[in-house]
This record gives sequence, structure tokens and C-alpha cells, in this order.
Amino acid sequence: MGNAVTINAVTIYVPCDAAAVSVGADDVAAALEKEAKLRGIDINIVRNGSRGMLWLEPLVEVETDKGRTGNGRIAYGPVNPEDITSLFDASFLKGGDHKLAHGLTENIPYFANQERLTFARCGIIDPLDLSDYEAHGGLAGLHKAQAMSPDAIVDTVAKSGLRGRGGAGFPTGIKWKTALEAKVDQKYICANADEGDSGTFADRMLMEGDPFSLLEGMTIAGLAVGATIGYIYIRSEYPHAVKTMRRAVEIWQDADLLKDKVFTIHVRMGAGAYICGEETSMLESLEGKRGQVKVKPPIPAIEGLFGKPTIINNVLSLASVPIILDKGAKFYEDFGQGRSRGTQPFQLGGDIKRGGLVEKAFGVSLRELVEDFGGGTRSGKPVRTVQAGGPLGAYIPPSEFDVEMDYEKLAEAGAMLGHGGIVVFNQDVDMAKQARFAMKFCEVESCGKCTPCRIGSQRGKETLDKIITGQDVEDNLELLEDICELMTEGSLCAMGGLTPMPVRSAIKHFPKDFIGT
Amino acid sequence: MVKTVKAIGHTCAKYDGRPDALLEILHETQHEFGYLSDATLIEIADILNISRADIHGIVSFYDDFRREPQVGPCVKICRAEACQAVGGEALAKHVNDAGIDSHDVYCLGNCALGPAIMIDDKLHGRVDTKKLDTLLKDRT
Repeated sequence: MGNAVTINAVTIYVPCDAAAVSVGADDVAAALEKEAKLRGIDINIVRNGSRGMLWLEPLVEVETDKGRTGNGRIAYGPVNPEDITSLFDASFLKGGDHKLAHGLTENIPYFANQERLTFARCGIIDPLDLSDYEAHGGLAGLHKAQAMSPDAIVDTVAKSGLRGRGGAGFPTGIKWKTALEAKVDQKYICANADEGDSGTFADRMLMEGDPFSLLEGMTIAGLAVGATIGYIYIRSEYPHAVKTMRRAVEIWQDADLLKDKVFTIHVRMGAGAYICGEETSMLESLEGKRGQVKVKPPIPAIEGLFGKPTIINNVLSLASVPIILDKGAKFYEDFGQGRSRGTQPFQLGGDIKRGGLVEKAFGVSLRELVEDFGGGTRSGKPVRTVQAGGPLGAYIPPSEFDVEMDYEKLAEAGAMLGHGGIVVFNQDVDMAKQARFAMKFCEVESCGKCTPCRIGSQRGKETLDKIITGQDVEDNLELLEDICELMTEGSLCAMGGLTPMPVRSAIKHFPKDFIGT
Repeated sequence: MVKTVKAIGHTCAKYDGRPDALLEILHETQHEFGYLSDATLIEIADILNISRADIHGIVSFYDDFRREPQVGPCVKICRAEACQAVGGEALAKHVNDAGIDSHDVYCLGNCALGPAIMIDDKLHGRVDTKKLDTLLKDRT
């Protein structure tokens, strides 16, 4: 299974993840190559995914003999091309000390304190090397699933307690069982990779860093419910991920892992519509239509793509399936608390010192995420609020940061988990403007099918404009609450239905921003 | 026009003329010609056997599709919350004031390294006005 590398060449990892590239990882890789050549040193650069410690990107890792594979890497970051000469001078190829050195990557507290299940391989392997994938535990879940009956696979997923990571939190096993029981000629598996929620990037990171885990999860889902065709719907704002997934699918199909069975996967790219992350809208888009939301029922698991039973799962849900099959339902269920089992990849963004991906079992507090992992704000100003769960999620003030992050506890606090995004704002934020933005975002991205969402968001924005300019504030706040109630109760999908959540939470926790001085 | 018809025919054939592949066909056509002209849309509609009204409805629904040629680089500026929290609005204002043709997008998935922009499919993080000016200068 060994890779063809020059003997004695030191292996250096430089992420190809879009976030790392956005701050110069490609330039760093080129500079490393050039400097090594100049010095006559043999190096082997592997473009891995990101470890998720994004404030350290570009993070360069050097393989040493200090531990097992993936554990013996010494981290340097954030590295700029100008740092390369001094890194060589400091013998970084032998793990030498340098002002950018952080010791063993896996000993960095941010990384060491995580519970990585879904992201176990991300940042460790070469994303497009199937043998590297297998050497790090990949395919084990698929091999077990191949020896199981469809009922047994579905049962394992159900018992693990896995719930939809896209935001709705619907039990994955129940969805699969519904599709399994449908007796028809054709079924589909759709991976929802239309990760439109601002503040979230876990799907992107996974697709760029460990794409085979998504394909393995989809293939297992196919075996479980008897589907032979899979689609991955990726948003067009993620060109890197689209490219990596397309290549990964080719490699996966060529490997012919199912032998006598067929499961064909297609990658489809969205076209800049947030609403296509809503499952019925995504199906319309996959059929080549306007991405308009449809009334449920019928639910997609019974009548989905082209009218056939379709499993639509988020990227993270599907990518969690292989480890569940490999290590068993109980292993996965042992993480988490209450009805929220397993782990959640949280994404820390906005004004945060140590932004990135933190995978933890459900139950970690928001305070631990923002303060211990995140280290407060990047700007150094005090934290005023965080928005959890994307653009439709609630604003939460620091006084409530002790909330435990799971589906139920967040709901009790009037918030939601969403796709696990956490965006930090400092004291300069004007919450009336944030509330207005929530309405504006809904106005821009509404599919237009139902009136509460299409018109409600416009009237909501106008009403907030009046409040912001001090016109009849009390009456307009009452009117705004009316609009929020109507949108919540009357909208067809979560877009209009949840837009009031950030608006109401902003008013509740920061009333002074609305009443003025 | 002959070249156009041939290229579109080729693209549609790649997808067996299936109407469900319309978004892919539109993406590829736009990539090839820079934008979606009336003539190209009519040609696609004819090949896929869908109405011109349908294809207009679809093209106008999605922000990515352009009915006019793109002048200069395609600059997408993230206007979503995570970038707002780190000065994204000031960056957007700078772009606007400079008269640069840009598109507002809501999240480029670079929320820990904002403000983020994308220039012709290349993502950039921690962008301030100085870095933006350098990037755009490099493009022209």
C-alpha cells in the first residue's frame, strides 16, 4: 500500500483546503519546493486537508519519527513565503525550533481537546489517495456493511442516535427506514452539500480534506435502502470542493468497490441560490428547475427526486455513517447526551482569535467553544454576542454562554444548533442592524413561493428601518412582532419560518439597540 | 453563430440532452461564452425540448447566471454575518466607492479568515482594502 516516495525525503504537509489557500498555502508550497531545490534537499510535499486550526493557516507540518503516522508531525504556522528561508535555517525538517513552531500538531490543546470522529482523517491524509484513506480506517465501515442485510445497516444507524446535521436534526435511521420500506424500481441518495449558512464551512472542509468519507457514507446508504444512484449537490461558491469531489468520485468509481452491485454518483453544482439547501428546493434544482420549495407531504423519502424515494442527508450526516458501521452503534451513541448522540463539528468564525473547526461530543458549552477553544475575539474587544446556527439562528449574549450545545438544550434557550456555526461579534455590533440584515437576507434569498416569507421579509426590513430611524418605535416594534409571528407560523419552510429567530433574539437580549437613546 | 450552435449541441449531448442537467449545461455554456445570450438560451431550449419561458424562469432564478458579458474580473464579496463581524462592510464600501463591478454573496465558507472575497473562483481571506487593491491590480 506504500506510496512512491523517495527514500529519506522528508514529508511536508501543506493544506490544499480553500481556507488555507485563501491565505497563501499555494505560495507557501511553491516557496518550500523552490528553497529545498536550491539547497539540494529532497522533500515530498503532500497537499492534505486542513486540521481545522484556521488561525494557524497556512499550517505547515513536518513528518518526524516522534510518533505514529499523523501523530509525529511538527506544526509551523501561520507560515508566509517569506518565512521559508528561516525555517530551513532553523532545521525545521528535523523539527527544529522556530518562532512559528507549535510542537507536535496533535498536542496543540485546540486539537488535543477535540473528539474527532467525522473529521478523524481530515488534515491527516492526502484527500485523493484511496490507499491512504484505507490505511487510516477508511472503507472499514463499507466492508462491514457489505456483509450485513439492509435492515441491519438501517438498524445500526438508527441505534447510533445519529440525527441530521444539516440543521433539522431529524433521526437519520428513521429517514432511511422509510425509504427502505418503499418497494419501487428506483431510489436515490442525495448528499446536501449546499452549505449556505453563513458561519459554516464544515461540509467544505470535509469535501476538500476527506472526500471519500462522504462517498463511503453515500454508498452505505445506497446499500441500506437499495438505491443505485447518488447525487452530491454542491453550492457554486465552493469551486475547490466541487473540483475535489469530482476527482474523488472518478477515483471511487474506478476502484469498483461494490463488485457485483452498482452505485453511481454524480456531482452537481448549484448556481448561487441559498434556498437550494432546503431539501425540496434542492430536488427541484437537481431536476433542472427553479429552486422553489415544495409542500410536504409527500416527504422525499417516499416521493423525492423524479418522484422516487430519495434519502437527502447533509454531508456531515453521511460522512458520520462509515465510523458508525465500523465501530458500532454503541461506540457512536456513547458520545453526547440526552437525545443528541455522537459528535458535532462546530465552526468558530467571525471576530474570533482562534477560528476553525472543533468537533466535540454534544454537551460542550458555548462558553468552552468561544472562550477556551476560540480564545475570545481576534480584535481584542469584548465579546458582545454570538449568532449560533447560521443566518436563521439566534443571537446569544455572554450571560447565556453556559448553555450546553445540543439540540434540545438550545431549543429550550430559544436558540438552535443549525449546522453548528458560531459567529462571534464584538462590542461594536449594532443589533438593530443585525436584525435588519436577517430580514434583508430573507428578502434576497426567499424563493418567493409563499407570501409570509416573500412579503413578510420586505415589510420586516422596512419596519426595522423605521425603528432604526426612531419613527414610532413602540408601535413599530409591535408591528414587527406581528410580522415575526406570521412568518413563523405561516411560512412553507425554515427560510421564512426561522428568519424571526435572529430578529426576536436580538430584540429580547439587546432591547436598548432598538429603543435608541 | 454556427460555432455557438455546435458548441451548445456538444454540451447538451454530453448530458444526453437531459433537461435535469440544465444547470450543468448553463454553467458550461456560460463558462464557454462568458454569459448567456438570447441566442444561446433559445438553442438550449430547442435541444432540451423545453419552452423559452421555462428557461428564462430558470436562468433568472439563479444569481450565478449572467445575461450580459462580464467586464473585468468577477469579484464576489461576502456580505454575511461572519465577515460583517470583521470589517466586511467597510471592504464592500471600498469596492463600491472605487466603482469596481462586484457581486454580493452570502458566505464563501471562509468564516474564520474573513473578510473573504472571491476573484474568478479564487478565494482570498483576511482581506483588507490594501490587499484588495493589490489583488485587483494584479488582475488587470
